[in-house]
Amino acid sequence: MNHKRQAANVPYKLPPPLFDARCKACWFAVGLLLLVLASFWSLDLQWRAFLSMEAAASMARFVGEFFPPDLSGPFVRKVLAGAAETLAMSALGTLLAAGAGLLLALPASRTHAGDRAWARAPTRLLLNALRAVPELVWAALLLISAGLGPLAGTLALALHTTGVLGRLFAEAVENAPPGPGFALRAQGVAAGRVFLYATLPQVLPQLMSYTLYRWENNIRAAAILGVVGAGGLGQLLAFHMGLFQMGKTATVLAAMLLLVALVDALSYAARRVMTR
Amino acid sequence: MSAPERDPAWLGRVFWAGAALALLWPLFVATEFRPWVLFDVQSRGPTMAFLSAFLPPAVGADFLLMVARETWRTVAIATVGITLALVIAIPATLMSTRALSISALSGRMAPLPALLRHLLRWTLIVLRSIPELVWALIFVRVVGLGPTAGVLAIALTYGGMLGKVYGEILESGEEHATHTLLANGSGRLQAFCYALLPQNAAELTSYTVYRWECAIRSSVVLGFVGAGGLGQQLDNSTKMFAGGEVATMLLVFIALVALADRTSAWLRRGLA
Repeated sequence: MNHKRQAANVPYKLPPPLFDARCKACWFAVGLLLLVLASFWSLDLQWRAFLSMEAAASMARFVGEFFPPDLSGPFVRKVLAGAAETLAMSALGTLLAAGAGLLLALPASRTHAGDRAWARAPTRLLLNALRAVPELVWAALLLISAGLGPLAGTLALALHTTGVLGRLFAEAVENAPPGPGFALRAQGVAAGRVFLYATLPQVLPQLMSYTLYRWENNIRAAAILGVVGAGGLGQLLAFHMGLFQMGKTATVLAAMLLLVALVDALSYAARRVMTR
Repeated sequence: MSAPERDPAWLGRVFWAGAALALLWPLFVATEFRPWVLFDVQSRGPTMAFLSAFLPPAVGADFLLMVARETWRTVAIATVGITLALVIAIPATLMSTRALSISALSGRMAPLPALLRHLLRWTLIVLRSIPELVWALIFVRVVGLGPTAGVLAIALTYGGMLGKVYGEILESGEEHATHTLLANGSGRLQAFCYALLPQNAAELTSYTVYRWECAIRSSVVLGFVGAGGLGQQLDNSTKMFAGGEVATMLLVFIALVALADRTSAWLRRGLA
């Protein structure tokens, strides 16, 4: 107790000193500052090149080349087909992931107190690994066996989303009210049927809402997934940008933004309708 | 009385499953969904060669040193990106949040500030809705390959995200203290520092930490278009079919994401 620093109005305390060796937040702030400074220092950022007149001119030229966008009939049809492919990839990827996620969520959850759930830890490890690798990295790896095209993208989306959904589904299954399952188990019904007739009907709405939410995310992801060659709008974007066909690139970019904006608006509207 | 042997709703379930499959058929066609190509002779060779090279993972001293350096660069790109995103987001939030409007104290906001706020909001939404990968593709063209493109891409996209969500957090809270200060003649910045910020600091910090975690993940992805870091090396090794190197980097990446996940969860728990 420091007797020198005493407040005149005894029941009140003085504010704590600004720096205290035992104050965790101070050390944390110092660490954060060091991290930021070290990051700035260690990256060879070319601010001079970026902020120069030359870069500004090249940026302006680059953006200028986007105009006019290529709006000729055949190309617009191609872009529309790309957008449809993106949608199909995201829908199928999410659907496959919902199935696989549900299958993996069963071993990954402890459904009742007597359940030994020996597969819980390894399955959760698998789900975490699937989830940790982003869709784009999965797509780049899958290109080796699936070849260029939407199949690699669909499978990549499915793998990553399986990790995400599997974990969410497992949480939902574990948190389901235990009553109905207990009633069936007491009658001697086997574990599979208990899940199908007691647990699943209770958690199904939640699983559906998780799946829809991931679908929304996956449409956004599928739009850019093609940049590594995995189909959809992204593949068109990377292709035409690689050939410096800026007018066509602009059309694809516009289609991408429209798709994302449309999905955002629809999901916002749907949420408004459902929560009202 | 015993339970019925068969599911009474069996017929209906089979019918709806069949109908769903028929409806889904166009999807399978559109995505060229032929999983058996994964196993045909042509692709089995390279796949097996690639996968069998995964074991053992590459652990050469030079290689590990390179992976460590690139991992640090990945974290650094994310950190610098988030720092610059804050430089965009904080002023934009201060200017666009309705909670700090003085004219709104007496009912309706004046038309000019309202217009300014709407314009800023739309700018943030546009910044946010262009994926960071597209920003990176554009900046790689302008500033060349390297971390600058990745940093700028993260700064712009995350600046938009943070600005928008900060605004929502500030407006969702209790506004009484802020309005009292403003109505008694304190400046906007004073009202922010003494009323709005202390009320919402924990939530704002927690969201920022969460976004930092997301930025680490996306800085790996940005490497695939040439923005430096772990992703770029992963891309190179994949293209050279160097399975061992890919295996090491995937493991490092999973560990990095798990670490960021833990750190961010720990920090957010501390703030809650």
